[in-house]
Amino acid sequence: MSSDSKPKPRIGVFKFASCDGCQLSLLDAEDELLGVAEAVEIAYFPEASRAMLNGPFDIGLVEGSITTHADAQRIQEVRRQSKTLITIGACATAGGIQALRNWKDVDEFIRIVYATPQFISTLKLSSPIAEHVPVDFELRGCPINKYQLLELIAAVLAGRKPSIPSYSVCVECKRIDNVCIAVARGVPCLGPVTQAGCGALCPSYDRGCYGCYGPMESPNTPSITSQFRILGQTDSQVARAFRGFNAWAWQFRKASEESERT
Amino acid sequence: MTGRAAKTIRVETLARVEGEGSLYIKLVGERVADVKLKIYEPPRFFEAFLRGRHFSEAPDITARICGICPIAYQMSAVHAIERAFGVQISPAIRLLRRLFYCGEWIESHTLHIYMLHAPDFLGYADVIAMAKDHRALVEKALRLKKIGNRIMQLLGGREIHPISAAVGGFYKVPTKQQLRDLREDLEWALAASLETVHWTAGLEFPKFEQDYEFVALRHPNEYPLNEGRLVSNRGLDIDTAEYEDHFVELQVKHSNALHSVVRGRGSYLVGPLARFNLNFDKLPAIAREAASDARMRPPITNIFQSIVVRAVELVFACDEALRLIREYEPPAAPRADVHNRIGVGQAITEAPRGILYHRYALDENGMILTAKIVPPTSQNQKRIEDDLREYAGQLVAWPIEEATWKCEQAIRSYDPCISCATHFLKLVVDRNEI
Repeated sequence: MSSDSKPKPRIGVFKFASCDGCQLSLLDAEDELLGVAEAVEIAYFPEASRAMLNGPFDIGLVEGSITTHADAQRIQEVRRQSKTLITIGACATAGGIQALRNWKDVDEFIRIVYATPQFISTLKLSSPIAEHVPVDFELRGCPINKYQLLELIAAVLAGRKPSIPSYSVCVECKRIDNVCIAVARGVPCLGPVTQAGCGALCPSYDRGCYGCYGPMESPNTPSITSQFRILGQTDSQVARAFRGFNAWAWQFRKASEESERT
Repeated sequence: MTGRAAKTIRVETLARVEGEGSLYIKLVGERVADVKLKIYEPPRFFEAFLRGRHFSEAPDITARICGICPIAYQMSAVHAIERAFGVQISPAIRLLRRLFYCGEWIESHTLHIYMLHAPDFLGYADVIAMAKDHRALVEKALRLKKIGNRIMQLLGGREIHPISAAVGGFYKVPTKQQLRDLREDLEWALAASLETVHWTAGLEFPKFEQDYEFVALRHPNEYPLNEGRLVSNRGLDIDTAEYEDHFVELQVKHSNALHSVVRGRGSYLVGPLARFNLNFDKLPAIAREAASDARMRPPITNIFQSIVVRAVELVFACDEALRLIREYEPPAAPRADVHNRIGVGQAITEAPRGILYHRYALDENGMILTAKIVPPTSQNQKRIEDDLREYAGQLVAWPIEEATWKCEQAIRSYDPCISCATHFLKLVVDRNEI
């Protein structure tokens, strides 16, 4: 698209507490990677390059949650350097699986894992990026869908609204003619309250959705909670179902805490 | 920084590795005074929050330790829990798990060979810059990598954090035809892998032979993936359940990852070099011949040559995947019946980067009481520092920038996965002298 004379938009990829999987999605876009690299300058992406150029960046892609003092400061700098800041994945958008510490005493966690706890510096909470800086777009998923990432980058560069649905996994099941496993087979499924994006993978593989794309736009969590109870799930099972990769997303958090209280 | 008496090699952010680490080497005159591979990746405490979760959640949760090798985590988790419960899996499930793992090896090894490591040998900052001059090579790499991902997508639903692996088997298994559809791609991949061996063997390697203790699984009939005894070239030969009797973890001040050592001996090496040296006789003929043609015969003791060994393992993974596809007969049920009971189970499987140990203690309701996970990179971490101490000594006369790049290349030879290495174990021994 862009000619050599015109400077290409610059992209930076930044990692906080995470598994690296969401940024790997970019390298996993095998058919598109070289095309992307022609359209943009990947200026900062330590997982892929030792040339780490300074900002500012047209797009900052942020993976991971904030769990340390140093990272809480670093994200401020990333925000300053990024014209558009996009968070990618459940860690960055909801605190990730490591947010399970938020219900526990993190000092105890450190003692369980490390012999010399005073060497370890960490915050009490694992928090999403948007709790620290303004975020322009949040891309959900554990992991993200690489095609949604490509669509988002293309939309930002074109100055248009990205086409990324906020409806539930149920819609995706309907589209691909899946028989509803919750209704037909009584399998507990978080699909009705979970945002689409995975392509209804779990129901397609004969298991209930476990909510890795986080809450959809207006999730009816009380209804799904009572549905789980009807299917024979205990309160602690319901609480655990919400307490997964998006446990700290407020809708799931509220639902898990309500189940725990009953 | 470059005074006459002392100089330092410093890499604040190690690139083309998975996760966040830095390197600090202090040289005083001809002597390497200090080496620190510092892992500042924030800890995520997986072992702590696995407590109180149901066993069925372990493969999904532990996959999130690493986006690069989630299948390794899923495999070690399911095998450990099956061992605790005494679950016997069917031959078809065993076959599918091996195939699943081959997919991850193909993807991960290709990523590392071409996209993370090759740029060092050819003098580029990254694969994108390399593609400008070596377009065909990079396109071949991307196609090869995609074929690995395709296997994972078919068996697991997606390549990163697959959703189908379960204790006892899979949520859903593929049909014969679905596996047959992979064959054409895999035949191409096998040929591309053979070319990869040839190509990597032609790269230039620094002279750097070291005396390693290699540790890998060994199985009587096959190149190791999911099972085997744990062996080393210094006489170790144990059941995987005895792992903790022979290996200990030490916390060091400069790292959020724990160092692992062989009790009473010291650092050791896991991963492709260890597997190759200890299991050369179990490679399929086509991989052995490719290795021999490339003058790669065990023992290989130069870590820089691990790129060639990874390529030989690519040949193995493609050839093995083809064999498994030929032999596949769908199982009667996608997974075995699982009856939980109080118990402890351990398992080791061969992640692309080396052995991955899991142990779970489970209560009568199938809830996890304690979990312990030892990833390959924490096992290699001390060995990487030992290598750098030796290697940096060879580089004292070099300009600092080149020496730095060479040290980075040495680290990348291990394909370190720092995200994995940070999250660690209990039962840590703290010793000041380390």
